[in-house]
Amino acid sequence: MRRVKDVIQTRMSRRSLLAGTAATAILAATGTVTPSLADEVNTTGLAVTDDTVQVGILHSVTGTMAISETGSVQAEKLAIEQINAMGGVLGRKIEYIQEDGASDWPTFAEKAKKLLVNDKVAAVFGCWTSASRKAVLPVFEQYNGMLYYPTFYEGLEQSPNVIYTGQEATQQIIAGIDWVSQEKGAKSFYLLGSDYIWPRTSNKIARKHIEKLGHKVVGEEYYPLGHTQFNSVINKIKLRKPDVIYAIVVGGSNVAFYKQLKAAGIDMTKEDPLLLTISVTEDEIRGIGGENIEGAYAAMKYFQSLDNENNIAFVKAFKEMWGDDVVIGDVTQAAYLGPWLWKAAVEKAGSFDIDKVRLSSPGIELTTAPEGYVRVHENHHLWSKTRIGRAQLDGQYELIYETAELMEPDPFPEGYQ
Amino acid sequence: MFADYTWTELGSIFAMQGFAGLILFSVFVLMALGLAIIFGQMGVINMAHGEFMILGAYVTYLCSNFVEAYFPSLFGVYFFFAMALAFVAAGSLGALVEWSLIRHLYKRPLDTLLATWGLSLILQQAYRSIFGAREVGVSLPNWLLGSVPLTDIIEIPINGIFVMVLTFVIAIGVYFILFRSRMGMQTRAVVQNRVMAGAVGINTQKVDRNTFALGCGIAGIAGSAFTMIGSTGPTAGQLYIVDTFLIVVFGGAASLLGTIASSFAISQAQSTMEFFLSGSMAKVLTLLTVVGILMIRPQGLFSLKIRR
Repeated sequence: MRRVKDVIQTRMSRRSLLAGTAATAILAATGTVTPSLADEVNTTGLAVTDDTVQVGILHSVTGTMAISETGSVQAEKLAIEQINAMGGVLGRKIEYIQEDGASDWPTFAEKAKKLLVNDKVAAVFGCWTSASRKAVLPVFEQYNGMLYYPTFYEGLEQSPNVIYTGQEATQQIIAGIDWVSQEKGAKSFYLLGSDYIWPRTSNKIARKHIEKLGHKVVGEEYYPLGHTQFNSVINKIKLRKPDVIYAIVVGGSNVAFYKQLKAAGIDMTKEDPLLLTISVTEDEIRGIGGENIEGAYAAMKYFQSLDNENNIAFVKAFKEMWGDDVVIGDVTQAAYLGPWLWKAAVEKAGSFDIDKVRLSSPGIELTTAPEGYVRVHENHHLWSKTRIGRAQLDGQYELIYETAELMEPDPFPEGYQ
Repeated sequence: MFADYTWTELGSIFAMQGFAGLILFSVFVLMALGLAIIFGQMGVINMAHGEFMILGAYVTYLCSNFVEAYFPSLFGVYFFFAMALAFVAAGSLGALVEWSLIRHLYKRPLDTLLATWGLSLILQQAYRSIFGAREVGVSLPNWLLGSVPLTDIIEIPINGIFVMVLTFVIAIGVYFILFRSRMGMQTRAVVQNRVMAGAVGINTQKVDRNTFALGCGIAGIAGSAFTMIGSTGPTAGQLYIVDTFLIVVFGGAASLLGTIASSFAISQAQSTMEFFLSGSMAKVLTLLTVVGILMIRPQGLFSLKIRR
């Protein structure tokens, strides 16, 4: 760790030059700000001293969700290290308090309360599943905290106390379906998902959009979480012959699904049918195995293979801190944005007060995001591009397409309230 | 729903669907055999069954990495070594667990439930600490991937055939061990009357240990085979445990034949219903039926008359 810090420091000086030419928010951070007195920047008794500020990290590092959430924890710690190496936020070093949600939703709520009430942290970076977010939401609203939530999710939510740094469903889905119908001439879709709120809501949005384009949904199915036998549904898919299998399967089921699809003779590199997913990041491919998913398409906002300066630097720093064999998926990148967006909002407000940070958040831009430029919308979600990647044998995605414009976040699409 | 299809298409689909059911049947038998032996012969409810399976899966993972790195020429056949090693590893751990934990609890059968559940949590965290929280990818030899095309539409997954053959071999093996060998005779004697078996000179402690180890070892083989169709992660064992218990309880706790019959009934019912309904509804209906039948026949499909 100590060595890593040095490396980041030297790297950051190069980074800060780059950043200097960019957004004003970042410019403010590169060193010209004089530290203000603690009670001027903090009128509500948060854990802020003259040279430190405390934040919380709240993810599962034990239990089933540890698989997914580990990457987010790593990304948040990296961002905090880098921010500290640049001089911190309003001249104060960030110290983090990490709590373990243990894949258990009531535990998340309890730990959130502990972070806000006992530790009085200025912001919390955390949660992964919608269930955990729903569990902590009343706590954040009651005690007026600020949560940066990294996962792409189903939308239908907008809280004054949450900034959603992942995409909401419409951003991910609409661009993906437009792309397969325009570029691949897809006319019929088979929707498939694990049986809980995110896949169901997402498929509802997908179905509506597919039908709006005049195409057909030839099947829609849900399997219980943890389901491991997909032979019957694969037979059904073969019978219906859709142009596109639209898959939102999660967790251990994912691995079983792709292995059995391959074993049943559906070769995704031949695109007959084509498979489009919104639930498989590079993280999941590690478990599935590149040979089992090669040729599948994914629609999300970030792939580790993105070829831009920000991302190259990010991947390098991430690997220096966490080892060469880590992979970085969409959510990990979104988690990395959290501390940077918070820093920018705090510095724009000139205060750590939650209410002021909330007011200053909309319009915050990051030009240094690994995914490229993002901006916070009035509705607390991010404007971001959606990209299509194609899974490769080595477990990485090859970028095939990206939307020309930023997609506007629309957490409450018409007809879903 | 079939109006748009020709008869050949329908025929092919039903053939494939039948095959899917048979594969599911084999998978269920393989999952449940180990548990059925332990539960049926010893009355111990082994909640850590799934974790023994995952131990087998991790052994396979280590083998695949080792062989890939040092003996790439043997990669095509490593799977067989891996299964043997998985059997040995899970069986040894089983014997160790029996010696250190289970044998103290034979008089308190419900406590074994709690103790093995605790064991499953310990094992899960151990896997997480050793192999990391993320799932690992087990690379398989190429001949195990893909499918055999019989006609234009009918394609039979090779790993399905492999699991079927494996299940058949293991079921035959278990039959011989339990019904045609000295060890099996002793095991059955202990099940029927422990005190009497001891009185005629059978080392009942040793029999218990071997039975437990055998059950765990078979779980290890199952886990090894399931790397072909499922995920390998610290908590992946939990995916199997519910189905496994369902099969064993439904089949009748003390009967291996019952386990096979109930695997067949549940797998066929489930794969047929999954075809006509959605996956979640199929599961609900299967569970409802099983609950209904168990209310009428609480001892399960088959039961042995034994003196307790």
